[in-house]
Amino acid sequence: MNGLSFLIPVALFMGLCGLGAFFWAMRSGQFEDLDGAAQRILIEDDDNT
Amino acid sequence: MNVHAAIDESAVSSPEDSRFTVPGIKCAGCIGKIERGLAEVPGVSAVRVNFTAKRVAVSHEPALNDEAIIEELRKLGFEAERAAENPLARDDAETRRLLRALAVSGFGMMNIMLLSVSIWAGADGITREMFHWLSALIGVPVVAYAGRPFFSSALMALRYGRTNMDVPISIGVLLATGLSLYETMTGGPHAYFDGAVMLLFFLLAGRVLDAMMRDRARSGIASLLGRMGRGATVRDAEGKTRWVAAESLAPGMEMLVAAGESFAADGSILEGRTSIDSSMLTGESKPLAAGSGDMVHAGMINLGAPIRVRVTATGSDTTIAEIARLMDEAGQSRSRYVRIADRAARYYTPAVHSLAFASFVGWMIAGAGIHQSLLIAAAVLIITCPCALGLAVPAAQVVAASNLMKRGLLVKDGSALERLATANCVAFDKTGTLTLGEPRPSDLDKLDGEDKAIALALAQGSRHPLSRGLAAALRAEDVVPATLADLREVPGEGMRGLFRGAEVGLLRPDSADVELAVELVRQGERRRILFSDPLRPDARETIDVLAGLGLESSVVSGDRIAAVEPVARELGISALGDLRPADKLEVLDGMARSGKRVLMVGDGLNDGPALAAAHVSIAPGSASDVSQQAADAVFIGERLMPVAVAIDVARRTMAIVRQNFAAAIIYNLLAVPLAILGYVTPLIAAIAMSTSSLIVVGNSLRLAVPGKIAGKIAGKIGRAR
Repeated sequence: MNGLSFLIPVALFMGLCGLGAFFWAMRSGQFEDLDGAAQRILIEDDDNT
Repeated sequence: MNVHAAIDESAVSSPEDSRFTVPGIKCAGCIGKIERGLAEVPGVSAVRVNFTAKRVAVSHEPALNDEAIIEELRKLGFEAERAAENPLARDDAETRRLLRALAVSGFGMMNIMLLSVSIWAGADGITREMFHWLSALIGVPVVAYAGRPFFSSALMALRYGRTNMDVPISIGVLLATGLSLYETMTGGPHAYFDGAVMLLFFLLAGRVLDAMMRDRARSGIASLLGRMGRGATVRDAEGKTRWVAAESLAPGMEMLVAAGESFAADGSILEGRTSIDSSMLTGESKPLAAGSGDMVHAGMINLGAPIRVRVTATGSDTTIAEIARLMDEAGQSRSRYVRIADRAARYYTPAVHSLAFASFVGWMIAGAGIHQSLLIAAAVLIITCPCALGLAVPAAQVVAASNLMKRGLLVKDGSALERLATANCVAFDKTGTLTLGEPRPSDLDKLDGEDKAIALALAQGSRHPLSRGLAAALRAEDVVPATLADLREVPGEGMRGLFRGAEVGLLRPDSADVELAVELVRQGERRRILFSDPLRPDARETIDVLAGLGLESSVVSGDRIAAVEPVARELGISALGDLRPADKLEVLDGMARSGKRVLMVGDGLNDGPALAAAHVSIAPGSASDVSQQAADAVFIGERLMPVAVAIDVARRTMAIVRQNFAAAIIYNLLAVPLAILGYVTPLIAAIAMSTSSLIVVGNSLRLAVPGKIAGKIAGKIGRAR
């Protein structure tokens, strides 16, 4: 019982953290350009162009 | 859009943000080229490419106006248009709302499940009661938040005396939550919080998929849009000029329209001689000559010289708006189409309600008591809730739509896929649909490598259709443009420049007898390049594949029958010519009356009403904006094959949807008797629900595999793009 009173709040807190992180990601535009993010890795960082 | 006003008043102030749609962004190289190239332009502080939406956001000093940036983009080799003020914001907000609800219900589901599993594992007494209270603490707010989309839709339906899929969902969820709350308070053994929240989670997943599919196709189409002038430079009585947005233009104003700009309103030319590209309205690629007194229409592009235009009609009075109204009326018949999920709901909802009610009454008669009877009725509602049904259609359609998108076809919504699957004949427009609709040089072989490089450098500096066609053909041959000095467009004549100090030019032929030709002038020598409007490379093949699928093709064109006949003969199909937009509507009506469900493929504004009236319609990406909006799907690129692939994929999608429905029905046949007899505990409900949803989603994923036809031609299309 003592374990539960500690573990359940921990589980809820971690779940809320995940939910908060998702909301933050959505608001800050992380999902705006999914294909672009995949393409950008292919851009070469050369200076001579 | 206040960039223009800012030029005169303030030289230095905070940076402006402008957004442009650039349909030509296709690869990582394009992103790099645009971001690096624009960043070097003085006055530009930041550039960000959104690859998915094919947009470029530029942060720049107010002194740098939008035209200058578009010009810079053109020098980099990309056609760009000023983007409208976020036309998709509303749809976007809808999807975000659903996503948030999905995230909340997912959070609730996982946490309640955590508690429920321990109850199922045998926790009882004070532990079970505490877990029930905790579940209620999480479950009630989650249901209140995540259930809103369903509750509001159900309320709306009930208010108009109708019923839809959301009514049994809402009743089931609310009843289950209410009863579970009662159970919790009285210390009963079963609480259904997990079932109610899980139901919401699965259903929201279906809704989110549906909304995302709609958004994605729309943003793809919106990025192709934007040819109509969004405003004009207006000269007032004192001779001062200012920028006026299209919606604030009024008849009587005097517009100054530069070469390359599109008209934002209808009007008559006051002064100046020029040539006009009216391909957006007519689909005709040949530029028309126009002088003072001639009428111009919103959406046309001024190609030649700057002109002054007296505005005669704006906004909803323009020709373009007139045709839009005609299309609106024609589209009425299509809005009567009922989607398959709603058709299923029509039978499903009453059946479920009467089943639940019957079991309640039955158990009351059997003497089970009101509490027990209500509990069983709630179990029936939860078990029968269209979990799998809600996912069956959107899951299959989303997978199919992203499959089609990879093959160059953007489908606007799920209903389009359903109608595509039932089409049984095809009507093609000629110009721009069976043919490319833009002039292409027919004898490039006469030019040597250096000539080609010079021709490309000259051609890409102009917006004239012949120049564009030439540039497109040369780029397709991987020609690298030569470096020219003093590049300039001479109105009514062509492009001129200096190559290694020598005068070169891309000019209109002197003789009037050749219509579609330019002459490359170099060292006093003139080489004529002839143009023609060729058939799409796989037109013949596509029509054969369509015939193999059981769809008969025909040509329905507004062009002269003499021009249509040879094309139809070459393709071996029947043809009708000389049709005005209203005639096309009549032809389609006649076909519909004889029991045909027509797939209309067309591009011009004159096809707009026909596209809206047909059973289902597809427009090429090069079509007029209006046609793209009227059509159910848009295909990109030079190949026609996506039309045939669309039919094939749509049919397979509907087969999968039917399988999903069958799976859902079998599941109900097994689970409902158990629920009516009172054997369904929360554990069984949870297992049954997730299993049926997983089966449906898994079955839908089979659509990601390319079909027979798509597989056969996938390589070819891939190469063409």
